[in-house]
Parts: sequence; structure tokens; C-alpha cells
Amino acid sequence: MNEIASLELKDVSKSFVGVNALKGVSLRVFPGQVLCLLGDNGAGKSTLIKVLSGVHQPTSGELWVNGKQHSFSGPHEALEAGIATVHQTGGTVPLMSVGRNFFLGEEPTKGRGVFRRYDRRTAEELALRELRALGITNVTDGGALVGGMSGGERQALSIARAMYFGAKVLILDEPTAALGVKEASKVLHLIVQAQMRGVAVVFITHNVQHALLVGDHFAVLIRGSKADEWAKGERTREQVLDLMAGGEAMGDLEEELRVIRGGGSLPTTREEVN
Amino acid sequence: MATFTSPTPIWKRASSGILYRPEFSVFIGLALVYVFFLVFSSPAYHSQGGTSTWLDPGAELGIVAIPVALLMIAGEFDLSVGSILAGSSMFLALWVGHWHYNTWIGIVLSLGIGALTGLVNGLLVTRTKLPSFIVTLGTQLVLTGVTLGGSTLLTGSSSIDMTASHSAQVVFASNWHQFNISILWWLAIAAIGHHVLVNTRTGNWITAIGGDIETASRAGVQTSRVRIGLFVATGLGAALVGIIQSIEYNGSQAANGQTYVFNAIIASVIGGVLLTGGFGTILGVVLGALTYQVATQGIYFTGWDTDWSQALIGGLLLVAVIANNWFRKAAISRGVKKGERA
Repeated sequence: MNEIASLELKDVSKSFVGVNALKGVSLRVFPGQVLCLLGDNGAGKSTLIKVLSGVHQPTSGELWVNGKQHSFSGPHEALEAGIATVHQTGGTVPLMSVGRNFFLGEEPTKGRGVFRRYDRRTAEELALRELRALGITNVTDGGALVGGMSGGERQALSIARAMYFGAKVLILDEPTAALGVKEASKVLHLIVQAQMRGVAVVFITHNVQHALLVGDHFAVLIRGSKADEWAKGERTREQVLDLMAGGEAMGDLEEELRVIRGGGSLPTTREEVN
Repeated sequence: MATFTSPTPIWKRASSGILYRPEFSVFIGLALVYVFFLVFSSPAYHSQGGTSTWLDPGAELGIVAIPVALLMIAGEFDLSVGSILAGSSMFLALWVGHWHYNTWIGIVLSLGIGALTGLVNGLLVTRTKLPSFIVTLGTQLVLTGVTLGGSTLLTGSSSIDMTASHSAQVVFASNWHQFNISILWWLAIAAIGHHVLVNTRTGNWITAIGGDIETASRAGVQTSRVRIGLFVATGLGAALVGIIQSIEYNGSQAANGQTYVFNAIIASVIGGVLLTGGFGTILGVVLGALTYQVATQGIYFTGWDTDWSQALIGGLLLVAVIANNWFRKAAISRGVKKGERA
């Protein structure tokens, strides 16, 4: 591809005292593309997110943003480079209003000098407008406390906020993990909407179904290394599941569980119950 | 705005809004406590002189409690205000009464003691990431010891007399009938505190830091700088009351101010500030300080054993904590359609 990647990792490793959390990971994501990062717990996803969002500095390897090499000394620098991270929990303060949350750290003001004050009306109107643009119509009062919103709506607030402030890369850390089916589908809608606006999305999840629904490109992390990488349509759901389980086929697990149940087949078990 | 599409008549919405404001329950609490003493204490409590017995100390407590409340909203405690008050008060008495230097320079230096202690508290808390509760308890003890030991070493006494210059007396110790000028200081500080919390970007950061420091930090809020600033503010507030007391009583004692350590927190909590941070209003804290003083001073006018006043304050505190918790839940569960109007 001749296009310049929005975000690219070249052979990035990160080790903490005695532990190699990431081993030579290379990844790239382009504008308008959804890169799904799959991996079981402990596969190194969190470390990777922290490297991408500037919390950790890679021990070795390079980080490129829009064709330029970067080295972030903190999350603020990543944010300035256009990389916004939305975390599974948090990202919003429950006891603050929608408007105040949306503009946290970037509050609009009116007046000058001593008379410079927070512009509540503008903040609330803009926050509602941006939420509505993402299809969140249930929120009608910018002064309402975020704590009263659903998990999906809170994710939407964080995503809307990131896009409003010009994020070029959106990193979503398990955004659907704590949500019910309906709420999760809302968030998947948001991911596609961000993509349509030309944002490069890194979608971190262990939910294969969600990943296959919205992803263009996929990568699987196992014990800190990139175990596989493919474009949409190149793997079946079963192949992906097997990969994530660390190479052990799900069929083996089925067989093991059957043994635990007493060696019989499932219908026999049901008959015994009856 | 979308709110006005609601078919509810405006008076109904307005009144329910007032009912859900945290200050409303604080105001009801204050009114109940006041009526209680209206019934049980002697009429003298409700005379002008009697009123000043709770309004004057209410103002002094309020001056300390307002910055303490802002700090609590940001999720931190300051237990060193008592010793800052004593230290700045003793220093001014030493400067003016013992060394006979200029009062105004002494006042500036006393405020400096408050600001410096606050700065040390802030740096220790933000750098070590230790709980402010224990850090400021440490500085509280250190400063108490230094004040007591220092005054004894320099003057041979832990009590120093002084007479402030006339201009300083006008600014810090004027009286109108029995009402002290500290009431005006208190109202001015309350107005500034309210403005900062509600109308400035800093106010938004204070609430966010107390609500979720991780989120605030990720949003680019300078969480350390804001908290250090608030520690300096609590130091200044305590020092100001120390200065007022030295000038008002023409002297200082090293043991002054110790009651403020928890009273400022109690006044804040009675005033609706969440102990866990992230929520509170200055109007609530103003009413909280008044409630505290109406209850403590009222006992003296009932003819009852004053030992009971602690039990009353304790009961008030418990009711306040439970009410705060309830209000927080109610504010959240009112959900998306209605909300805070701060």
C-alpha cells in the first residue's frame, strides 16, 4: 500500500523487570480502517495499549504516526499527536454533567481576564450535538450527570469527545466487554461511524464475534508476540477461536469436557437428568 | 435547549430542581437545629449577642472549611490546618509582640507560613502518592511541635501577648455590635470559592480529580498542580484565621487551632461534600459551618450539661453522611433526562 499508515509499530518490544511483555510486535493501521487486536488475558494487550497511548515507552522498536517517527514521554503527547484512547471503564466522571465531561481539560470559556468563565451552555449544547451525530438520542440534557447514563452511552461520550478533539487514531480498549448485547451493538455502530469519518481505529477485544463484525484487519497476540495477522475474510471464525486459545483446538476442549461429564454423549446426559 | 421540550410546567421543574440540590437538605438541617434551640435554649441565644456567639466562630470555621472543602472535592484531606493556624498566629504574636516589628510585614510572613506548609503538603502528597490523610497528619504534628518548642525556646512561654497596628486591627478585628469582620472575610472567600468551583476551568478539574483522577489525568488535567494549589489555599485559609485571632485577642497561644483539624472536615461533610471526593458545593459548606456552630454554641444556652454537645455533633455528622450518600444516588438515578444545574 502506498498510503501512509496513521499509526505503525515497527518491531516493538517492551520488557519490565524480568518479564518480556511484548516481543517484536509490528502493526499498522490506516485511515478509515479498523484493526482488531485479539488476544486472551495476559497476552500483552494492555501493555500494547499503554505503548500506543504513550503511558509506556517501548524498550526497543519504533513508533510511527502519519509517516513520522515519534517517542511519547506521556499520554498527553500521544493525545497531541492525535492518538486518543478510550478505556473500558472510566473515561468519564460519573458525578459530573455530560457537558463538563465532554470538555474536561478543554473547557470552552467566555469573557476575558478575570471575567473569563466556563461557558456551560456552549459546552452542553455542543456535547449533545456530537452525541446526536453519533446516534445517541436518549441523552437530552447536557446538564445531566454521566453516572445516570448506560455503559454504552458513556463509551459513546468518550468516543464522541475523542473525535471532536480531532483524534486521527482511536484506540478502544475492550469497549464491549462489560456491556449487554444491545449496548455492545451500539458501540459497534460507533466504531463503524468513526471509521466512515476516516479515523483509524484500533479495536482491542477478546470477543471474536464483535471483531469479525467490524474489523478490516486482524492481529492475534499470544504471550507478547504477534501470532498471526490477516485481512478480512482470510480466516474462519473457528480458526480465529483456535488461535486465541493458544493453538489448542476448541475441538479438544469439547472432548475434554465430555470426558468430565462421564464419557457419555450430550443427549445421553440429558436423558439421565430426565 | 432540549430540556425545554419537556411538557412539565416550569414551576414544577424549578421546585424539584431545588429539592434535589444538595444544599437544600443542608439548609433543612440547619433550620431544624436552629428551631431545636429556639425551643430549648434561653431567649438570650436568639438575641443579637447570642447570634454573634455562633456567627463569629462560624465565620472563622468557614474560612478554614471552604478551601478544605475544595481540597476534599479534589479527593484529598488536610489535617494540618490546626497547626498552620497555631503556627501563623504564634508567629505574628512573636513578630509584633516579642520582637516589636511591623504588623503588616508580620501578616505577610504569617500567610507565607501557611502557603509554605501547604506547598510542602502538596508536594509530598503528589510526589510520594501517599494518602494525604497520613502526610498532613505528619506535617500537623511537626508544625505543632515546632510552634510549641519554638515559642518556648524564644520567649520562655507558649503564650505571647501582642498589640497589632491600628490599620491591621481595622482590617482583621473590626466589630459591628458583636459581629466580627471575619464574617465579611468569610463571605468574600465563599464567593471566590463558589466562583472557582462552578465558573472556572480549574473548578471543573477539581471535581474531575476527586471524581476519577485517572480520567482527569488522561484528559490532560494537571492533577498535581491543581492539588498543590489547593493545599496552598488551605494553608492560606488557616493562616488567615490565625492572623485574625492573634489581632482580635491581642495575643496567641501555641495550643490554638487544634479544634479546626476535624471541625473543618465535619463542617464540609455536614455541608454535603462527599468524603470520597468528586462532589460538593460551597453554599453547602457555608451552611455546614453555621450548622456546626449553632449546635455547639446552642448547648451553652440550654442550661444542660455541655458534655452533650459532642453527641449532638456526632449525630448530625452521621445524619449528614447518610443524607449525602442518598443525595448522590438520587442525583445519578435521576438519569439522563434531568440533572444538575450547576
